[in-house]
Amino acid sequence: MGAAIAVFMILVAATAPLLAAVAGQDYTTYHDNLLDSARGGVPLGGLGGISSEHWLGVEPGTGRDLFARVVYGAQVSLGVAVGATVLEVLIGLLVGTAAGLGGRWADAILTRFVDLVLALPILVIAISLLAIVPQDWPRPLLLATVIAVLGWGGTARITRGETLTLRTRDYVAAARLSGAGWFRIARREILPGLTAPVLTYAALLLPTNMIVEAGLSFLGVGVRTPTPSWGQMLSTATTWFRADPMYVLIPGGLLFLTLLSFVLVANGLRRALDPRQSEVLR
Amino acid sequence: MTDLVVEDLRIRFGETVAVDGLSFELPAGGALGIVGESGSGKSATALALLGLHTAATVEGRITFGADDLTALTERRWRQVRGAEIAMVFQEPLTALSPFHTIGDQIAEVYRLHTGSTRRAARDRAVEVLRQVHIPDPARRAASYPHQFSGGMRQRALIAMALSCRPQLIVADEPTTALDVTVQAQILDLLDEVRETTGTSLLLISHDLGVVAGSTDRVVVMRRGLAVEQGATDAVLVAPQAAYTRELLAAVPRAKPPRTIDGGPLLRLAGVRKHFRQRRRAEPVRAVDDVTLDVRAGETLGIVGESGTGKTTLARLMTGLLSPSAGTITLDGVDITRRRGGSVQMVFQDPMSSLNPRRTIGESIADPLRLSGVRDPRPTVEDLLLRVGLTRALYDRFPHQLSGGMRQRVGIARALAPRPRLIVCDEPVSSLDVTTQAQVLSLLEDLRAEFGLTMVFVSHDLAVLRQIADRVAVLYEGRIVELGDTAEVYDQPQHAYTKELLAAVPVPDPAEARRLRALRRAQVTA
Amino acid sequence: MIGYLVRRLGGAVLVLFGLSLLLYGLFYLAPSDPAILTCGKGCTPERLAEVRHAMGVDESIWAQYQHFLTGLVAGRDYSSGTLTRHCPAPCLGYSFETDQPVTKLLLDRLPVSASLAFGAEVLSLVAGIGAGLLAGLRRYRWLDRIVNGLVLAGYAVPVFLVGLLLLLLFCVQLQWLPFPTYVPLTTDPLAWAQNLLLPWVALAVIQTAAYARLTRAGIQETLAEDHIRTARAYGLPESRIVWRRALRGALLPLVTLTAIDLAAIMTSAVLTETMFGLPGVGQLLVGAVNQIDLPVVVGVTLLTGLLIVAANAIADLLYAAVDPRVELR
Repeated sequence: MGAAIAVFMILVAATAPLLAAVAGQDYTTYHDNLLDSARGGVPLGGLGGISSEHWLGVEPGTGRDLFARVVYGAQVSLGVAVGATVLEVLIGLLVGTAAGLGGRWADAILTRFVDLVLALPILVIAISLLAIVPQDWPRPLLLATVIAVLGWGGTARITRGETLTLRTRDYVAAARLSGAGWFRIARREILPGLTAPVLTYAALLLPTNMIVEAGLSFLGVGVRTPTPSWGQMLSTATTWFRADPMYVLIPGGLLFLTLLSFVLVANGLRRALDPRQSEVLR
Repeated sequence: MTDLVVEDLRIRFGETVAVDGLSFELPAGGALGIVGESGSGKSATALALLGLHTAATVEGRITFGADDLTALTERRWRQVRGAEIAMVFQEPLTALSPFHTIGDQIAEVYRLHTGSTRRAARDRAVEVLRQVHIPDPARRAASYPHQFSGGMRQRALIAMALSCRPQLIVADEPTTALDVTVQAQILDLLDEVRETTGTSLLLISHDLGVVAGSTDRVVVMRRGLAVEQGATDAVLVAPQAAYTRELLAAVPRAKPPRTIDGGPLLRLAGVRKHFRQRRRAEPVRAVDDVTLDVRAGETLGIVGESGTGKTTLARLMTGLLSPSAGTITLDGVDITRRRGGSVQMVFQDPMSSLNPRRTIGESIADPLRLSGVRDPRPTVEDLLLRVGLTRALYDRFPHQLSGGMRQRVGIARALAPRPRLIVCDEPVSSLDVTTQAQVLSLLEDLRAEFGLTMVFVSHDLAVLRQIADRVAVLYEGRIVELGDTAEVYDQPQHAYTKELLAAVPVPDPAEARRLRALRRAQVTA
Repeated sequence: MIGYLVRRLGGAVLVLFGLSLLLYGLFYLAPSDPAILTCGKGCTPERLAEVRHAMGVDESIWAQYQHFLTGLVAGRDYSSGTLTRHCPAPCLGYSFETDQPVTKLLLDRLPVSASLAFGAEVLSLVAGIGAGLLAGLRRYRWLDRIVNGLVLAGYAVPVFLVGLLLLLLFCVQLQWLPFPTYVPLTTDPLAWAQNLLLPWVALAVIQTAAYARLTRAGIQETLAEDHIRTARAYGLPESRIVWRRALRGALLPLVTLTAIDLAAIMTSAVLTETMFGLPGVGQLLVGAVNQIDLPVVVGVTLLTGLLIVAANAIADLLYAAVDPRVELR
């Protein structure tokens, strides 16, 4: 069931521009006329101004169409999360297999390096980095890269662990006896064996990265306006929640649903692929 | 003292029937063996005697003294377990709690059943540890299980079983995880315990040799039924049932000697292999100055117990490991430099020797593809037939095959690149006795057909007797004896060889008793 | 033991070196003039030159790093014209915006973040282990299911969302609790706890989920192990088996995780503190970022790095202490 929701969300994100066009709105146009300036910019009408034109209402303070913002926000949030996860898996796989298969020196050096990366406080450094980078760089891409570069330690560590275990399997020895070089062994024997644990780990990594992105946007160092992001919307929502609770509930609820769906998928994957994998996050 | 009477025992796990109407008697103070291969229901029977089944239905009657063990309350069970019937498990490392010292574990059990003081319980723990001949028992009682060797751990388990002076000890494959010499010691210990305390013993094993030397009566089980039972001397010497005869026939027999006139194919000269240990100055000398030749066309057996370095030696011989010192050459060429599949290996563990994600056909084809063969399928199918499998298995996956079949696949893979030398590292150790016999004869046939040279590494002397032309005895990384098989077995020179030979379990009860006396003499010597 | 500590200390120092090098490299090689950033908003060219000199930015990167290192050990002086500011050791930098040494700023705020972290950790441990035990022992099937469901949900909520909802619910709608402000423990313990309750719960949600799941899995795995079967085979009553033997094995991974999670909470306190307006280290960071006060940013980052490394070392120590099979590396 989680998979169904997840797929739906991905579809929404992917087709965001289409959906917005269908709804006849875009996410930047201000609609002041829909706001009640007497109450400080709260949307007119109940439930945050839901109407047939604005399916999810409008944003307080700016009057921008919430549906469009939410839908584009999905694109950004999911995009960054997926991008970061993919990068983390790639880097982690590379470093992990190199450490696992390489000689003692390579392993020692790489492991130290991985330890260093694991010791980095992701949120803190990300905040610091993002603060000083100039504004004109493409933000979502930057976000994904920063998150990935700081967070690949986990995938590297489990890859290395699994590679070391797989390396002792007799069929690897048999391949070596038949004349296979280490690259071929990595490709044909080790990598397929890594699919299960890495996939399981990555499935949980995705919602984690989403949370990081949302957090960063919440703090104001993530995606910048006018590009919408659910975290960012929640940030502005804090000031409005007494007057317009829908503005909190809609992006918040969607964020929760999306994350939950991915967590369910991850859980299902874990049970299907490796019922014994314990989750020691060291 | 109490008799144990089992009548028409049936144990079912849902739809599967593990034991289907088993009946036997164990008189007080006697020793009964239950022997059978995997799936015979012997372990299920053992667990039923302690009421340890949680998911099975147990029917029938088990009379032990005044109790019927199939109908005990949980409360009564807690009194019976440990105090009247005690169990010795197969794997001593996992059977003991890693978080408590041995002394604490034994004392706890003793205190539980007798309500004694802590001091008295501790004293009892030391006492039983001494009874099982653990040196310096007072100090060792404060050690943790992982600090003991395998044999000592099993002694500790036996000590725990003795602590409350039970009427009956059930030993479920107590020696399967142990080395041959240690196995003999443990069996001797169980025998001694029985003599000195008068406790009944129920010994369960897949190995006829183990049962032969340690029991008065034996029950042969197959698929949940007792195929034959009676006095050990009778059943094992003159078996009535066909299955029993089959089991006895599968026990490895001596091989007729051959003359080998090939020149040396593989030469090891002064080979050493050291592994550095973390935090210790002394490295582990896995292989310590080994010099030997493997002649073309022969089967060289290498025997040694665990930790003696035989796996390291096997891997050195194939070039998977490089020696720390010395040279290994195949036909004059250094083995680590050779290309191609002229040396191949058959591995011990059928589970990890095949890539679980690849079809077995592809696994066999791998070496062929690596040497450039375009379409290896016909050759692979041919090989499958040669090792006694069918072509259709090409597209199956390892988990769909039995252990014995997987081992045959491993052999086929080793044969694929037409090697000169095959090193077999304990290839039959994890197989049933009947399957073992089949694989051994297959290896013999293939060697003759393909003109191979084989090195066969094993801890099992009986197996080597059937298949090896010459035997090298490995002890602590050194070759302590080397010679033609018949000579080594009949006239062993080195003390360790003698010890090994005296420890081999043999299915002939009279021979087993002779060996026990021999071992006792060795110990006092 | 001493050898172990020395080795870990050495390792920690190495990591911190690496971290600080990395940071210095990144920040000062970044395409922004650090002096402008530190000078802050409303900067004039004269002031800029002053600041540059005061900060020592007019020197090479290596010299700056050296100054930083010596400052750590011996303190440092920033002089600009007539004004000299002294920064006592260990000097992590000087915040020109707030006119205080970074170290002092950090120390002032540490108790807040620490209160947050410890309270949340205790809460999650109690709730998590309790829930995990109940679920793992399978006394009540329905409880197991509920706990499972909650665990999964717990993974899916970002802390600020929970915080937001909690605030909405308890402070706005129901008005049971006041808006959290920080009251030091030493001043008024009750008020301290009352104010921190909502942030603790917000942080504890995801932690509890992780602990519950680990405990549940741990109990079930341990109960299936052979030595439990041996204990039963010798007549030990079930209650003793669970409490004395199974629990120890099951909780083993938790012990080390606690140490690491403490550090993790401290570092992710950024969000919670901002959310609830608590004057902790995290809020300091956000403020510094908004005001582009770079030395503070560097200081906070290094502090969190240190915490993580220390937590790892302690975790390893705890693990070796609790499990007799492990020897210290």
